[in-house]
Amino acid sequence: MVSNMAVDIGGFRLPNPVMSASGTFGYGAEFDAFTDIAALGAVVVKGISLQPRPGNPPPRVRETPCGMLNAIGLENIGVERFISERLPWLRARRCRVVVNILGDSLEEYRQLAARLDKAEGVGAIEVNISCPNVKKGGVAFGTDETMARDLTRAVRDVTAKPLIVKLSPNVTDITAMAAAVEEGGADAVSLINTLIGMAIDVERRRPVLANTFGGLSGPAIKPVALRMVWQVADAVGIPVIGVGGISRWQDAVEFLLAGAVAVQVGTANFVNPAVTAEIIDGIGAYLRTHGMSSIKELIGGAKP
Amino acid sequence: MSKAALKQETAILQAGEDLGGGVRRLRLRCPGIAATAEPGQFVMLKTGEGCHPLLRRPFSIHGCRPGAGEVEILFKVVGEGTALLAGIQPGATVSMIGPLGNGFTLAAGGTHYLIGGGMGIAPLKFLAATLRRRQPEAAVRVLLGARNKTEIAPLAADFTAMGLTPECATDDGSLGHHGLVTELLAAHRTAGTVYCCGPRPMMRAVAASCAARSMPCQVSMETMMACGIKACLGCTIKSTTTNDKGAPYAHVCQDGPVFAAEVIAW
Repeated sequence: MVSNMAVDIGGFRLPNPVMSASGTFGYGAEFDAFTDIAALGAVVVKGISLQPRPGNPPPRVRETPCGMLNAIGLENIGVERFISERLPWLRARRCRVVVNILGDSLEEYRQLAARLDKAEGVGAIEVNISCPNVKKGGVAFGTDETMARDLTRAVRDVTAKPLIVKLSPNVTDITAMAAAVEEGGADAVSLINTLIGMAIDVERRRPVLANTFGGLSGPAIKPVALRMVWQVADAVGIPVIGVGGISRWQDAVEFLLAGAVAVQVGTANFVNPAVTAEIIDGIGAYLRTHGMSSIKELIGGAKP
Repeated sequence: MSKAALKQETAILQAGEDLGGGVRRLRLRCPGIAATAEPGQFVMLKTGEGCHPLLRRPFSIHGCRPGAGEVEILFKVVGEGTALLAGIQPGATVSMIGPLGNGFTLAAGGTHYLIGGGMGIAPLKFLAATLRRRQPEAAVRVLLGARNKTEIAPLAADFTAMGLTPECATDDGSLGHHGLVTELLAAHRTAGTVYCCGPRPMMRAVAASCAARSMPCQVSMETMMACGIKACLGCTIKSTTTNDKGAPYAHVCQDGPVFAAEVIAW
């Protein structure tokens, strides 16, 4: 028996629920030597801004127990070069593509979404709302319910593509943020982005990262992510995509049981560039072993 | 590096050798990677099972025998990852990704100066062997620096075994010149191409010395990196040139690890 692993995220149909997480899979081509990237449910590409961004000065990364800190600083080639240089390759490979977008003003997000709405081969748009809003004194869009809702609505107004909003865990109540972006017109939410952390070099007596703070990812954050997915799945009516420390199929199944419709695999790609295929196979085997004909039987299965 | 050559392979430890002072050499069977590896390229190794240490560790390729399907790495035990790797027994498997990055560009002629410091000597053995094979008539000078005789003697012996005459400099004077490896280079008046790997201050000094003499110099850089495959963008170093995002940065895994010395903002 082959179980049906297809899922639907606001009209974005995927043959299986396993995606890459933005910023951990390059533009897909980087993994071509290691795995069939068209076999992923979708490839979520590195976050794109209107103009190319240089990123932060080094050092940018640091390993931590069962995790890592990064302060890459959203280095990317900009939307026009993404569309002309990277998207055609992904299309030729018949990949389902989610483009993660970021900006420092509502207007920048709006322009990005409008541009990508017209681009052939973009399956869905994922909005990174963890960026600072420069016009609002640098407060992250994703930490203020009104800003998060307004941003979602601004993007919604200019695109008919399935719209995913990626939530920051660095808030008091993530369910309130999820509800706000649902109200703003999001088709789905993905969570969690990285948790803000830091490390200090005891010999130099200075922060390790040039940026002082960085985003913590990897297996260390999985329990936090799982808890938040569980809560958000109860709080909103739109699909939830689970992200955070998934490195084995068992982790992915946990997120599905917590109510996620799909998952994104992040830091684990750095360690094993073929891990997404292994997770897809593992979920398939789990469904067969437990006599489930569809992955839908699994979603939210741990809920009372 | 051609993308098709890039592989994730399960390497099997053939033999491990202690060189003293916590330095260990491993000979690993990984035919796919050994088939195409070039001097100056590196591999990423998962040093243990499970999630700690989480990330792979980069190692320059110390030796390569495509016929035997074997690659050698050389490292000093400095942390948890290297300690785990030092403990694996022959027959054990290690996940390896490679060959990665851009290696040394072999000059077509003239004298080749291979300048290594400490564990930076690792890739120079592979480079020397390749030069001996591809340019048997070429003059190859090997200049090695380290803290003391214990650290440098076993590595110098590798070059002697190739019929080369390594010159050594030690911080404590226990072997060869009592001083810096850069001082050894100054004594050579014949121009040529310099290939350098070692601690950053040493490479900076070698680069400056080469610039003053208008000698081309290639340096092999090291930095923290999470993936080695251009995905994390974590292995940034400051560069004298701007990249395709208009930033004065280069990425060690993608643009290096071997760079023309003048590209590095020392």
